Amino acid sequence: METRTIEQLSENFQQKIDADIKIEPNDWMPDNYRKALIRQISQHAHSEIVGMLPEGNWITRAPSLRRKAVLLAKVQDEAGHGLYLYSATETLGISREETIDDLHEGKVKYSSIFNYPTLTWADMGAVGWLVDGAAIMNQVALCRTSYGPYARAMVKICKEESFHQRQGYEIMTSLMNGTEVQKAMAQDALNRFWWPALMMFGPSDAESKHTEQSMRWRIKRYTNDELRQSFVDATVPQAELIGLTIPDPKLRWNEERGHYDFGDIDWDEFWQVVGGNGPCNKERIEARVKAKEEGAWVREAALAFASKSKSRQN
Amino acid sequence: MSSNEWPLWEVFIRSKQGLNHKHVGSLRAPDAAMALQNARDVYTRRSEGVSIWVMQSALITASDPKESGPMFEPADSKVYRHPTFYDLPDGIEHM
Repeated sequence: METRTIEQLSENFQQKIDADIKIEPNDWMPDNYRKALIRQISQHAHSEIVGMLPEGNWITRAPSLRRKAVLLAKVQDEAGHGLYLYSATETLGISREETIDDLHEGKVKYSSIFNYPTLTWADMGAVGWLVDGAAIMNQVALCRTSYGPYARAMVKICKEESFHQRQGYEIMTSLMNGTEVQKAMAQDALNRFWWPALMMFGPSDAESKHTEQSMRWRIKRYTNDELRQSFVDATVPQAELIGLTIPDPKLRWNEERGHYDFGDIDWDEFWQVVGGNGPCNKERIEARVKAKEEGAWVREAALAFASKSKSRQN
Repeated sequence: MSSNEWPLWEVFIRSKQGLNHKHVGSLRAPDAAMALQNARDVYTRRSEGVSIWVMQSALITASDPKESGPMFEPADSKVYRHPTFYDLPDGIEHM
């Protein structure tokens, strides 16, 4: 077989990307593409798993059996989504355990939003409506990402997540149809989650060090600012419809642009939270490490049982 | 610690009677019974299947993408295997 140089392979690779031909696990890919994907997909997987914590907090205190069943189903979905994504990460040649240890050792991040506490029941509404809403905005775009296993995981996740945002909005709607205290609770949840939700899309395009290369490789299909704008445009009318006020005095419709203008994001806060100094960073990682360590004996026992059963069969 | 990792399984699902089992993804499980159980919870939460196969990933032999040129070339060069290769006289509409 002819041996091809890295340059030829790279050129051929970029041609496939440009022609929207998906890259599959055993195909040749540049090292940096592989690394960028491992970073992006594992970060996404960790976000699904860590994202179970703030909502798990409310399962036992859901106000009705219906709400409890829904919240359980949603949190179970997040576990499944984490699993699809860990599987996709593994196709890139990194082991699942290594990926998880990277999170526990702080080498890899997860979505900054999960470092905020969920203080009231209304937060379950805000999280579903805003956080899942923002995530879906990002994930729908990623269904067309260039790496096959990632794109397929995204398609499945998007299908399943469509109820997540609706159930959150339904919680907010119910509260806004309730007493003054309930309305205030919903507004307070929006006030606390609005800006962190906007921060979920990541730094502005000018500041984002990965965007340009990621766009060229089509592991990102829209920039952070584009997605953020789409989210604001979609969400503002939803808030208005049920009588909620977006906590941004600079927010107004810009006829000329055909988009909402909105105020400046507090990037200091964003970098603080990303850097590990958010209200719940420590608690979240501790919970994950504890789960891994305290579950170790179960995993070992299951493996021992499997090998014993196998030896009995032989 | 990675020798202690549960083996990887590939999951195939028949979405309804009359259709093939189709690959849907993978998961880790200590044995086949747990792999089936986990596959049900992970891949059929919304009635996606009526039957599941699981198989250890390590047992799969795959073709090499680097060799896909020579591997599949015989099919590319035999256009006469397709019905469109043949000329039919006017007047024959369906054959």
